[in-house]
Amino acid sequence: MAVPKRKMSRSNTRHRRSQWKAAAVALVSCPQCRSPRRPHTACETCGTYNRRQVIEPSA
Amino acid sequence: MPKPTKGARLGGSPAHERLILANLATQLFQHGRIRTTEAKAKRLRPLAEKLITKAKKGDIHNRRQVLTVVRDKSVVHHLFTEIAPTFAERPGGYTRITKLGPRRGDAAPMAVIELVSEPMNAVRVGRTAPAEAAEAAEQGQTEAPAQESAAQEAPEAAVAESAEAAVPAEGSGETKA
Repeated sequence: MAVPKRKMSRSNTRHRRSQWKAAAVALVSCPQCRSPRRPHTACETCGTYNRRQVIEPSA
Repeated sequence: MPKPTKGARLGGSPAHERLILANLATQLFQHGRIRTTEAKAKRLRPLAEKLITKAKKGDIHNRRQVLTVVRDKSVVHHLFTEIAPTFAERPGGYTRITKLGPRRGDAAPMAVIELVSEPMNAVRVGRTAPAEAAEAAEQGQTEAPAQESAAQEAPEAAVAESAEAAVPAEGSGETKA
């Protein structure tokens, strides 16, 4: 089985982990209730997509 | 070589996948709309629409073919007698998938797949409106470049005239000096 030959340095570990980044969620404003929602997705606040009621509102 | 089915593989085996899709189709025809994952909804749509097309033909052969997928006879009866007549004028596109975002727990993207119940007239209005808008846009584009070209020609002509006027003036100035 393949095993590491050398210990991974603290620097290499930290450089690798510095690339762990979270991306912000893309949001648009709902045309019905103006609350932020994901694009191409039904609004969780008012339950509409394209001004058509799809689900019951969560709130 | 057979072309692989589009979309995600479901379940652990081909039999399990067929069972999942058959259960989803049965539930869709029973309730009219179901909430499931996006991957399952995307796999279910072509299957459900083919079953509805068979139900629109409505003869005993098509009913037996639907019964090989949807095992529940009462659901098949509901599909042939109540769902299929509502789609009599609709040439396909019987189901609609609306995305709902990630599920709490495993963040699986969820969707609602439903039988389209709106009348066809609304869609026809939608089709004619973009066509008119496109025609209007084309007319606007044809007019706009013509105006722009005319506007561009006019300043160029004015510049040329002024240049011609300036050169003789300089020449005359030199001759005078």
